[in-house]
Amino acid sequence: MPLDMDLTPKTVFDTVGTRPVRPDGNDKVTGRARYGADMAMAGMLFGLVLRSPHAHARIVSIDTSKAEALEGVKAVVTRDDFPALDGDETAKAEAEENLWDVACNVMARDKVLYDGHAVASVAATSMAIAKKALKLIDVTYEVLPHVTDVDEAMRDDAPVLHDDLFTAGLDKTPEKASNICEYTKITTGDVAKGFGDADLIVERAFVTEAAHQGYIEPHACVAAISRDGLADLWVCTQGHYTVRTMCAAILGMNQSDLRVTSSEIGGGFGGKTTVFLEPVCLALAKKSHRPVKMTMSRDEVFRASGPTFSTSMKIKMGVTNDGKITACEGRFSYQHGAFAGSSAGYGATCSMALYDCVNIDFDCYDVVVNRPKAAAYRAPGAPMSCYAVESVLDEIAQKLDMDPIDLRMKNAVKEGMSSVYGPSFGPIGFVECLEATRDHPNMKAKLGPNQARGIAAGFWPNYGGQTSVSVNVTDDGNVLVSLGTPDIGGSRAGMCMMAAEELGISYDRVQAIIADTSSLGFNDTTGGSRVTHSAGMATIEASRKIIEIMKHRAAQVWGIEADAVVWEDGQVRPSGPNAGDNKPMSFADVAAIAGSTGGPIAGHSEINAEGAGASFGVHVADVEVDPETGQTTVLRYLAVQDAGKAIHPDYVEGQYQGGAVQGIGWALNEEYIYNEDGKLQNPGFLDYRMPVASDLPMIDTVIVEVPNPGHPYGVRGVGETPIIPPLAAMGNAVSRAIDRRLSEIPMSPPRIVDAIDG
Amino acid sequence: MSRTHITTTVNGDTVEFLCDPQETLLDALRDHLGLTGSKEGCASGDCGACSVMLDGRLVCSCLVLAAESVGRKVETIEGMADGDDLHPLQQKFLEMGALQCGICTPGFLVAAKDLLERNADPSETEIRYWLAGNLCRCTGYDKIIRAVMETAADMRGA
Amino acid sequence: MKYEAPDTVEAAIGLLSSAQGTARVLAGGTDLLVQLRAGMVEPDLVVDIKRIAGMDTIVEENGGFRIGAAVSGAQLGEHAGVKAAWPGVVEGVELIGSTQVQGRATMIGNLCNGSPAADSVPAMMAAGATAHVVGPNGSRDVAVGDIVTGPGKLSLSKGELIASVFLPAPAPRSGDAYLRFIPRTEMDIAVVGVGVALTLDEGGTITAARVSLGAVAPTALLVDACAQAIIGTTLDDAALENLAAAASAACNPIDDKRGTIKYRTKVAGVLARRAAVIAKARAGETS
Repeated sequence: MPLDMDLTPKTVFDTVGTRPVRPDGNDKVTGRARYGADMAMAGMLFGLVLRSPHAHARIVSIDTSKAEALEGVKAVVTRDDFPALDGDETAKAEAEENLWDVACNVMARDKVLYDGHAVASVAATSMAIAKKALKLIDVTYEVLPHVTDVDEAMRDDAPVLHDDLFTAGLDKTPEKASNICEYTKITTGDVAKGFGDADLIVERAFVTEAAHQGYIEPHACVAAISRDGLADLWVCTQGHYTVRTMCAAILGMNQSDLRVTSSEIGGGFGGKTTVFLEPVCLALAKKSHRPVKMTMSRDEVFRASGPTFSTSMKIKMGVTNDGKITACEGRFSYQHGAFAGSSAGYGATCSMALYDCVNIDFDCYDVVVNRPKAAAYRAPGAPMSCYAVESVLDEIAQKLDMDPIDLRMKNAVKEGMSSVYGPSFGPIGFVECLEATRDHPNMKAKLGPNQARGIAAGFWPNYGGQTSVSVNVTDDGNVLVSLGTPDIGGSRAGMCMMAAEELGISYDRVQAIIADTSSLGFNDTTGGSRVTHSAGMATIEASRKIIEIMKHRAAQVWGIEADAVVWEDGQVRPSGPNAGDNKPMSFADVAAIAGSTGGPIAGHSEINAEGAGASFGVHVADVEVDPETGQTTVLRYLAVQDAGKAIHPDYVEGQYQGGAVQGIGWALNEEYIYNEDGKLQNPGFLDYRMPVASDLPMIDTVIVEVPNPGHPYGVRGVGETPIIPPLAAMGNAVSRAIDRRLSEIPMSPPRIVDAIDG
Repeated sequence: MSRTHITTTVNGDTVEFLCDPQETLLDALRDHLGLTGSKEGCASGDCGACSVMLDGRLVCSCLVLAAESVGRKVETIEGMADGDDLHPLQQKFLEMGALQCGICTPGFLVAAKDLLERNADPSETEIRYWLAGNLCRCTGYDKIIRAVMETAADMRGA
Repeated sequence: MKYEAPDTVEAAIGLLSSAQGTARVLAGGTDLLVQLRAGMVEPDLVVDIKRIAGMDTIVEENGGFRIGAAVSGAQLGEHAGVKAAWPGVVEGVELIGSTQVQGRATMIGNLCNGSPAADSVPAMMAAGATAHVVGPNGSRDVAVGDIVTGPGKLSLSKGELIASVFLPAPAPRSGDAYLRFIPRTEMDIAVVGVGVALTLDEGGTITAARVSLGAVAPTALLVDACAQAIIGTTLDDAALENLAAAASAACNPIDDKRGTIKYRTKVAGVLARRAAVIAKARAGETS
């Protein structure tokens, strides 16, 4: 139901803004915390997946008989075991995730579409037997030509992945199937006029390679189903309700028969917002009548979970001599892996959303290729497009001999301006972030030979979403917050702090749990930087309902009207003419009499949260480049971002730092490498090169706070913006250090040396 | 395939289990001894989430066969706290927000503890290079390094 | 797979010679276990040499050092004597992997894995190290550069293993260095590796030199042309240029996920120059 709550942001806080220790912290520093692979059930079997060795092939036949006959093998499943969505046209409709595509990704149907695509799965009494069983499955493939590059996939003569995929978004639906799943046109104003007004036009093409979220915990789950179809699933996920929705649909189950419990999660960043192993694990559990555990190896994580898109882009921007942007034209081509997606338009929009420019013309293409199905990776779509736009802005700053911060100040969006995606901006903090950046001591650090500074900005609109929270009061005066949003960054602490703040009690009297899907109402995934905003709002609403109930109970005890009672400083007291007649009752006092005054005291909130506030960020990278080897050292890094109100500043800083370092890794070395046979060359941490501790300096942060009026404490989600500026901040720094404009991410040493040597 | 009987010492306790010859020490700790604090992140020695001490050396338990642990001394994250008291590093990690998802935290704590026992006053660079084999994807390492530096200072009485 | 942990060299030789199917020696296990897990190798027998007395010792011998096959990188890095005599060899070994890997990985295991990019090998070759091979037909000493014949291929016959590596006593006024290029600061396989060992006369002129390149050919190379480029010089700019050119010319690398032919060829020259400068500085510091 819609939120009916006074949203005037608080400005004075007792608990919010402090840095208490998180409730799950002790378990996490002692090894007690249980993640996806840390669960065991009696009689448990071990599941493994047989995966395609080909980038693109028709499955002619699958013979599992020898595997089934192997002693210790208790179940084998293939495409034949997932009939529930066959012929279901609604599953193919534009849902949050096209369920048919998810089902086909989880187990290949008539074709395998990437190296690593699941073809069959076994459950056996040991991993060793399961490994043997996989080798006994005979699959006959008809290998087909493949394509892994986004530009090549768009050509007329490219091998086509889906013969029922016709480009959406064109004036006339094409007759011929292609790999272009969607075309989006974004156009405002008059770019021709805008370019006509420009004194300087810069045009450049960009390429960004695909990256993986790189969470250290591989996907893992344990499933058990009773013979009457009641299932339990333990899984590391960012959204156990989404897992329930997808698995129930794919297996043809009622959602109420599938109880999903979210384990602690070892990182997700968007990559654990969907399903890969889970429907297969449930199918094996059903067939074998035993619990089944499945985990992905690191190799499988890279080959068969959901990396982000590689892109090819072109930007043309016009400015006046004093730096005012007059027009921006762009072409954005994003590949989503083997199944359709829709991100290019959204990403493109984010890139120019920071700037006040009315003349925009973007052609956006979403494309499929023979790579694993893409999943979200922190601000999906935006890092790439912003890399392109922020690089062009830097080139403009150089050509105009203008300070890059001044250039952005000159064009920055402010409250009241229209955003390129429609609504007008409320209070936003872009200018404040630019000012905080300019004032920071890092900007004064002297730069030596082969060293340079790069600056870039980023924006993410953030998201609200469906959220249910229950807050229950124990009769000894403590509080339990039941959340349905898995805690990926310390959000339990934030919710406890907000409940404590509202109820006027101390933080150590509040506990939070992540409830399973059968114990609490629906929650959208933990993602979109939505949890502190949405679950926070729901927690606050639920807490305020408790206060109302407590006022009623006290009034009942005192024999006065409920509106003759006030709640202040964690206590309820009579007001007005009755004030002084009765001693105030504390939170604990009222809790103790719950049973005799009407029953247990609790507050619930089920909302579709709105009012999410956009979070702007500005990053500064200082680098040194060895001109003979192209090795880049990060000397200094600053991440400035608007959090609206930082509930727990440590965790806000942590988001800024973590996202920045993911962006630095992507900018310098992280990429999916394919060769001509379409197989992934680097599915491991050795050659998929994420930053290690010795690669980095401290990541300096500044939390700007321009409160978001859509949240009672002014919160803005912060989790995604941090990965957006680093690609261009690093790109701009390295380009300036070598005095050449680079336009491909990652800027690995051979690419840098090639650029230097010409 | 017949299994091997292994007797070894883990966190001061004598333990025994049966394992396949190919099983690693990490597999044995997690699957046979219920010590799931050491994590599998890659099974190839590239992430450090499985870090344990073996006869006083910091190692990746995914790179040690369970059979190699016979008669040796294994120390895992589960042995780091002393009764009711957390090790100073564990306490400092909590106070300074040096963990987000926490999956890499056991590995970092085991590795950092070994560092501070060998070098009571490591520089920031020394800490970063010592911990280069421990991957973290959430924190960007900043708060982890700070927590190790502050713990070292506390333990020196500085 | 069968696992054995003999306590004598003779027993190890016996196990390896009589093995049916594939047998592998296990020292640090930091390559073998990765390969086992990836299914790249399925040995029938694994022979753990770590329980053999003396395998994990470093012993002074004729002014040089004999390093046992089970000596880990961490142990080697803690040995003041070897570090002083052959800092380049030690820094090569210490670059293998993380602190955790260093706790297990051995110099000889790194050699016997047969990777063209092995970090321990170029500096060992530049040092003129020899491997003590033992087997069913007796023992022999082999130049380290003659052990690896191709990627993953060794010149050892069935039943043979390397029991130790001998680093000779360095001549007076000698220094060595190992540099590698990797894109990060740690945790990568060498894209290019260069080991340089040289000796100076009293005037600072190079009288002897050995230069070895790793990761730029199917095996590590000992490049005589590089040595000739700097012998008889004081390592002035011209000599450095010649050295770099000779290093690049000797390269025969591949394009792969770690580097391109063009890049490796260029960087081999850059690192040869830089490693020679360090080696010369170290030679100048010794008496």
